[in-house]
Amino acid sequence: MKEFLLIFRRDFMTKEEQPSPEQIQKMMKPWQDWMGGLAAQNKLASSGNRLASDGRVVKSDKIVTDGPYVEIKEAIGGYIVVKANDLDEAAELAKGCPVLNIGGNVEVRGLVGMD
Amino acid sequence: MENNELIPHLFRTEYSKMVAVLCKAFGIEHISIAEDVVSDTFLLAVEMWGQKGLPKNPVAWLYFVAKNKSRDILRRQNIFDKKVKPALPKEEVDNEELYIDLSEKNITDSQLQMMFAICHPSISAEAQIGLALNILCGFGAEEIADAFLSNKETIYKRLARAKEKLKENNVPLELPSQTEIDNRLDVVLRTMYLLFNEGYYSASQNVTLRKDLCLEAMRLTYSLIENETTNTPAVNALMSIMCFHASRFEARMDSNGEIILYEDQDAALWSEELINKGKYYLEQSSHCDKSKVSKYHIEAAIAFYHTNQADTHDKWESILQLYNRLLQIEYSPIAALNRTYALSKANGKEEAIIEAEKLGLEDNHWYHLLLANLYTGINNSKTVTHLKKALNLSKTEAEKNFIEKKLQEITLIDA
Repeated sequence: MKEFLLIFRRDFMTKEEQPSPEQIQKMMKPWQDWMGGLAAQNKLASSGNRLASDGRVVKSDKIVTDGPYVEIKEAIGGYIVVKANDLDEAAELAKGCPVLNIGGNVEVRGLVGMD
Repeated sequence: MENNELIPHLFRTEYSKMVAVLCKAFGIEHISIAEDVVSDTFLLAVEMWGQKGLPKNPVAWLYFVAKNKSRDILRRQNIFDKKVKPALPKEEVDNEELYIDLSEKNITDSQLQMMFAICHPSISAEAQIGLALNILCGFGAEEIADAFLSNKETIYKRLARAKEKLKENNVPLELPSQTEIDNRLDVVLRTMYLLFNEGYYSASQNVTLRKDLCLEAMRLTYSLIENETTNTPAVNALMSIMCFHASRFEARMDSNGEIILYEDQDAALWSEELINKGKYYLEQSSHCDKSKVSKYHIEAAIAFYHTNQADTHDKWESILQLYNRLLQIEYSPIAALNRTYALSKANGKEEAIIEAEKLGLEDNHWYHLLLANLYTGINNSKTVTHLKKALNLSKTEAEKNFIEKKLQEITLIDA
């Protein structure tokens, strides 16, 4: 078994567009059910993290900008790590991701050890 | 209490304490001497009490005799040492008068320390359970063999090897330091949990023995709660799980030892006292910050929802979310199967079937029982296939009887 990072991207949301706590609660169920399903197959290596909407980008000239939204339409919303035999199987697992139902996408990348 | 009841009772309650307190005095490397002394003491009790009647204070009598026997052994050991090791300075030998502290506090402390010694990370999980049953609960090799569906010789060898390991690794008889206690306690809790499950889900037909295993696990877990340093939220959560499960003891089997499924149980037979205790310890376990929420907390919460038999959607949705979290903390096949059952109740059978078939547990008879249940009413011929597979994989008479009954029911419906 190898490990793969699943990165969730979706349309960038401004601060004003952020969902209410009740909406978040409702949005959580498909995510929890999906991750619980992966864990029940013993294929979830890490529950990863959700990312906050505000951030900074530090450029090579050390200029700090609010971001990353200015340049890109899609922002990373979160990530998890799954266990799979190969990239194809990992991509198959990604097909259940709820971000796909709200027009987002999942990037699947193999993890390479440091050694 | 009559003599013939009193001695087995005292054996159960005092054996492990006596071994622990003597080990504390001898050092754990001499555990077999401690066990011999305690066994001899009980043999003598059977003989003497039968002839001369009960002593005024039987427990004190046991400790007094065990203490004297230990003294004799150590004295003999000293003489031996004196002869083979003439180089030993004389005064050291003479001063070695054995001191055994029989205060209540030392007895409890020694037993707690023995728990940590047995649940040392250097001992395998399987050996830990055997040792716990043998040394902490006073079960003999035969009873352990019965519980594990193994034979006495195998268990005897396994125990001997595990004790050798205790000796080799020089496991100290002490409580770990405060900084280390959480990590070490993890292993102790896992062993107590397995001990309880061994009783609760054991394949053994011996119902009394199984109940004893559960009660022993609860007694030992309670001793962790009683001690300030080991009274952690996770220990209380584990105790809560045990109380909730044990509350259904009288309802989960019929008089022939046959399994009664949760939804078919007579809730009037559930012990309200144990349910209330479970709630109490669950409450106690909640006094911790979020980062300390353990898998025991989540399992206790699941067990709490099961104390209400009503088949509501909200209940199953809560249970499903708890299983989702539990599996993210730690995978286990049984949690995966239970989660899928909760999924069928919360999101419907169709979704649950798709998820179940991804679990990859074809060698597990519970897996086939789950699929048989999910397919009932949707595709009964699949139910029959899975029941037959489950029948082939199941190991105990009670399970086989149960599955055969299900097979008869389903073929009757189809006929």
